[in-house]
Amino acid sequence: MSLTTPSEPGPPPAPEAGPSAGGAANGPSNDAPPRPPFAQDWRRIARMGAIGAIGQIFISLSNMPVKLDGRAIIEGVLSLGYLSLVVLPLAAGSRVGHQLRREGVPFHRPGAHEVIGGAACGALVGGGLSLLAILIANFDLREPLVNWSPILADLLAFNRGTAFAVLIWLAIGAAVGAAGGLLRVVPPAARRVLSTMVLTLFGAAVLESLTTDLAEGMGIEGLIEWFYAPRGGLTITGAIALAAGSGVLAFVARGRVKGAKARIDALEGPARNRAHLGLIMATAAVLVILPMFAGKLTNELLANVGLFVLLALGLNIVVGLAGILDLGYVAFFAVGSYSAAVLTAATSPKIHPELPWFVALIGVVVLTGLVGLFIGAPVIRMRGDYLAIVTLGFGEIIRLLFLSDWLSGWFGGSQGITNIPGAEIFGLAEVAGTDPRSVFYLVLAFCAIAIYVSWRLERSRIGRAWMAVREDETVAEAMGINTVNVKLLAFVVGAVLGSFSGAIFSAKVGSVFPASFLILVSIVILVVVIFGGMGNIVGVIAGSAVLIGVLGGPKQPGLLAEFSEFKLLIYGALLVWMMLARPEGLIPSVRRTRELHQEELAQDAWLRGQTEDEQDEGQP
Amino acid sequence: MSPAAQQPILETRGLGVDFGGLKALDGLDLAVYPGEIVSVIGPNGAGKTTLFNAITATVAASEGDILFEGESLIGLDPNRVTSRGIARTFQNVRLFANMTVLENVMVSQHCRTRQSVFGALLFTKAFRNEEAEITERGKEVLSFFGSRLTGYRFDQPAYTLSYANRRRLEIARAMATQPKLILLDEPVAGMNPTESAELTGLIGRLRDEWGFAIVVIEHDMEVVREVSDRVVVLDHGVKIAEGDYADVSADPQVIEAYLGRGASV
Repeated sequence: MSLTTPSEPGPPPAPEAGPSAGGAANGPSNDAPPRPPFAQDWRRIARMGAIGAIGQIFISLSNMPVKLDGRAIIEGVLSLGYLSLVVLPLAAGSRVGHQLRREGVPFHRPGAHEVIGGAACGALVGGGLSLLAILIANFDLREPLVNWSPILADLLAFNRGTAFAVLIWLAIGAAVGAAGGLLRVVPPAARRVLSTMVLTLFGAAVLESLTTDLAEGMGIEGLIEWFYAPRGGLTITGAIALAAGSGVLAFVARGRVKGAKARIDALEGPARNRAHLGLIMATAAVLVILPMFAGKLTNELLANVGLFVLLALGLNIVVGLAGILDLGYVAFFAVGSYSAAVLTAATSPKIHPELPWFVALIGVVVLTGLVGLFIGAPVIRMRGDYLAIVTLGFGEIIRLLFLSDWLSGWFGGSQGITNIPGAEIFGLAEVAGTDPRSVFYLVLAFCAIAIYVSWRLERSRIGRAWMAVREDETVAEAMGINTVNVKLLAFVVGAVLGSFSGAIFSAKVGSVFPASFLILVSIVILVVVIFGGMGNIVGVIAGSAVLIGVLGGPKQPGLLAEFSEFKLLIYGALLVWMMLARPEGLIPSVRRTRELHQEELAQDAWLRGQTEDEQDEGQP
Repeated sequence: MSPAAQQPILETRGLGVDFGGLKALDGLDLAVYPGEIVSVIGPNGAGKTTLFNAITATVAASEGDILFEGESLIGLDPNRVTSRGIARTFQNVRLFANMTVLENVMVSQHCRTRQSVFGALLFTKAFRNEEAEITERGKEVLSFFGSRLTGYRFDQPAYTLSYANRRRLEIARAMATQPKLILLDEPVAGMNPTESAELTGLIGRLRDEWGFAIVVIEHDMEVVREVSDRVVVLDHGVKIAEGDYADVSADPQVIEAYLGRGASV
């Protein structure tokens, strides 16, 4: 399970909740009476407890609890630091009661068994911290483990001594684990209401700076002051009000949202297009109006998210549609930034045509396209792992070229190029980094272009050829597709979209340095695409919003600025969890889901097909 | 139906394929005439699929020449061979499993279509016309197999199809490339007798109604007897017999290749 709550604040059993909830409603025949409360599978509990305990110790020693203690979720009750210590007991407590629902295998109705098992497992997980408290009190391991400190000990003991720490974490673990087990017992409707409440509270706490900022823009600070404590975090009254409100809302709206979605999905032809158009227009309207009320920080954040959306959409074409695993995508971001800088800045060392930004953009597109061709031509002939490794190399080569002495006459080496003017749009407006709102609008416009390009190309002859190449390159070639050209085209289109992001980036920041284009950027964009849902435009946008917006980009702070130190740890944990629990991503493309669950689906389809074919044979 | 006066549509001259010393094909001469159905048979490892791979440029010929409509195919990429007018199916069904049935037959018309990125982005009239055209042709090809691949099946992913339907879709996909010659690699393998009898009929109709020349690799002798104008027998990469089914099946060399020396005595 993940080490963090931020992106999966709902109860971890959510993935299983669906099928078991559906099954319970239908009253399947293999329902069995609840298991007796104390006939537990102790080995399983011990195993999960031990793993959880190690996880807890790891989290503590990563210094996350101490660092994040400063950020309050609910004033005086819960901080992000302590939250990071109750996630694992909850997850383990819930997981230990998990049963597979399979044909022919009895499914025991959840009851006291699950709660007691959860409590036992949670206590073990919590016991990891008790153990750590004892160890810190008796040994000094500060030498290798820098966070082995009295501060951590005090945090664990709530400043009341080691004995208290030992007891309290066993108790907290047991309580939280029991709560996790209880999640399996309560009916699905209640679980939904509960998870909505938790999500709302957590969301409100995380989005604090955003909502405060917006409220100031709209002139309703008074309301916000009632919800948020002066030093951050929700006030207790505010939290209760929010929980109650969202709970009631979830109860009233139960099933309605899903129903509405199902109705839209069931629409056909023009009606469906109209519904989708309506949704898109509404989203666009919100995105256009929202920044007007938002302050600098929020707009800055939105602009950063937008830049990564643009990059992720470009990479999505390469990885998601054409199936070319490009680990050096940052190269195109870099080339876009540098070419825009050289073409617009007066301070560019070698040539400085000082073109207006929009004119320079043409040059940027042409140059990046050429670089895409130049890198792509040798790379594209390789397949699979080899291709990935070579792209990784090219990504670094481009950065090192910009850094090198050899080209420092052109690009300024490690000094980079500074004083890049803002983007001037036909003399109508000047978009500079000092005005994040206008930057956001510029990014938004280019995101719209990128979305349109992705959407149109996917539904064209070229998009189908990309899919065919992704499915089976040999067969695609045998079916008359020039795989080299088609893959090269994907590479170049992706490169051009990435270069837009680069060109806006250089105008926004006002300077470019080789250090802005580390390999880490490539990895983060790839993680965004995978996390969001490869091959799906909405998924990619959602991925950027969650990862870049909440956790922050490679150098850009997110809403949880406190996380910056643990960003990569959390990225990694999220990615691992995602690959295990939901490999198709946050908002998957239908195709991708099918691909990953093909075997299960094929089996169902085969069963259905059996009967259909028998009918077919009967007909002439 | 062997119009010897005509120019062959496909001709191999002394074709050899060498896998590091192992001669998978050795000095093979073969001619296929327009409107003809030729079966290639032979024991496992005789080089039948290698012959298909060499014709479609999936493996390189190490000697000899392959002529299609009088022009050499040597040195072409597989996709160029397809656009010249040769389409194939695969022995182990290889569909684009996650693409829909209709997309499978649309994508294989790639080499017959011309619209570029700009057509797609600007949504031009030419683009829309071309899309409509390939959709139409795709549906036409699928309806050749009756109602099995049509209707709601158009939008189902290919992997949901039953085994026999997958084989049918593979043939449809080959047909959609608008070929002049189709190479079918064991089209009825794994099918039940009813299905294979039906498909045998379809192979005949492919020639009669669509005008394709067809080369079939097949192990099912019922099918071979039913469809073939001519039968070519390969063994160890060498042609050991050629003629109509009755002649070939009586040929002692063929019997020996299949059953071994002692059995014929």
